[in-house]
Amino acid sequence: MSTPLTQGDVSAEIADERAAYAKRLADGGAARDHPDRAYAPYRSSVLRHPKRPLVAAGAAAGDPEAVELSGPVFGVTDVTALDHDLTRQHRAEPLGERIKVTGRVLDRAGRPVRGQLVEIWQANASGRYAHQRDDHPAPLDPNFTGVGRTLTGEDGSYEFVTIKPGAYPWRNHVNAWRPAHIHFSLFGPAFTQRLVTQMYFPGDPLFAYDPILQSVTDDSARQRLIAAYDHDLSTPEWSLGYRWDIVLDGPAATWIEEGR
Amino acid sequence: MSAEAPAPGPTPSQTVGPFFGYALPFPKGGDLAPAGHPDTITVHGWVYDGAGQPVPDALIEVWQPAPDGSRHGAPGSLRRDPVTGAVLGRDGPAFTGFGRIATDADGHYAIRTLPPGGVPYLSLIVFARGLLHHLHTRVYLGDAEGDPLLGSLAPERRATLVATPEGGRVHRFDVRLQYDGVHEETVFLAFD
Ligand SMILES: [Fe+3]
Repeated sequence: MSTPLTQGDVSAEIADERAAYAKRLADGGAARDHPDRAYAPYRSSVLRHPKRPLVAAGAAAGDPEAVELSGPVFGVTDVTALDHDLTRQHRAEPLGERIKVTGRVLDRAGRPVRGQLVEIWQANASGRYAHQRDDHPAPLDPNFTGVGRTLTGEDGSYEFVTIKPGAYPWRNHVNAWRPAHIHFSLFGPAFTQRLVTQMYFPGDPLFAYDPILQSVTDDSARQRLIAAYDHDLSTPEWSLGYRWDIVLDGPAATWIEEGR
Repeated sequence: MSAEAPAPGPTPSQTVGPFFGYALPFPKGGDLAPAGHPDTITVHGWVYDGAGQPVPDALIEVWQPAPDGSRHGAPGSLRRDPVTGAVLGRDGPAFTGFGRIATDADGHYAIRTLPPGGVPYLSLIVFARGLLHHLHTRVYLGDAEGDPLLGSLAPERRATLVATPEGGRVHRFDVRLQYDGVHEETVFLAFD
């Protein structure tokens, strides 16, 4: 058996990755909005990322008819009225700090993404998922599942009411803890715009230690994963408010059918 | 909010992690075809990592045209009961074109669908713990003569995108996230 991986080891690798990225930028390389799939400080990535370069497809590769330039649609049948309020899905209120999370979903041209499905999942206030394989010894909350969904409005807006998730330990290395986060899943009009990501809370002291957040080596891109606390969104004597806008990457749908 | 504001940078991708299982998959997520439809095909296979081990916590999404070639989809993949909030399943007639399947403890997935109209392929996205950014690929079914993507690939690479017929309208399609010393890595796609 090899010696256990420490936070010091992982932090040193994070620093190396960051330095390598800074050098790439200094050498005239393009800024990167997304993490590299190969990011060794996140150990689960080692055997699961492709090593071959991706193959260009779609319009840029001479195939403007690619199916991925269209995408699935969702509607009111896919969502119920209470799905966006994770504090009202059980008989009683969940424990924790009640929050509202709202923002707009835009495409990379800055246009609102309308009528699309937004799904979230998260740990409870103690940092425990309602998932059988989460064996972290923190309490489950019988009044909190941690799953929500909604459709974006005409202006691309979404809103969830939930509780602030707790940090939780994981086994990437000894003493690995994830900063508090909410998992988000988003669709745009094209399958190429699909995004699964995580929203973080401002000022979390765990940011520097977390290889998943730090896998986004570009400072300004990483900053875009952190919601803003917005006092005007806070409801007196009820909840705190966070704003987080989401911008979908990838070419937008080119395939439009009459009536849609 | 002004129209002149520069386009903001894209939100970075993050891994789906290990705990999506109670949130994203939904009952009958892989059953795009109406129950008992005589044209139903099955596409199934395993997802493997670079050690050749099956991946039991991957999520696969599929998107495809309807049999008539239309690409507008239909709502109702996750159709829910407004009274209880439970998933009702698809309504039957509407072809939503979208499916979502978590791999099982053996790393296996299965899709039951109708043949796509106008193109010889299904579009897949693979998500998993360990994948910081999802992967696009395609399942080619049968004759794909003249397909621009397949035509651009060397034979051993092309072969990773073509499903193997198993008879009885069943097609096998394995996803290899990484070369394991024996099997070629699946071709994954970039759209830009
Ligand atoms: Fe998580």
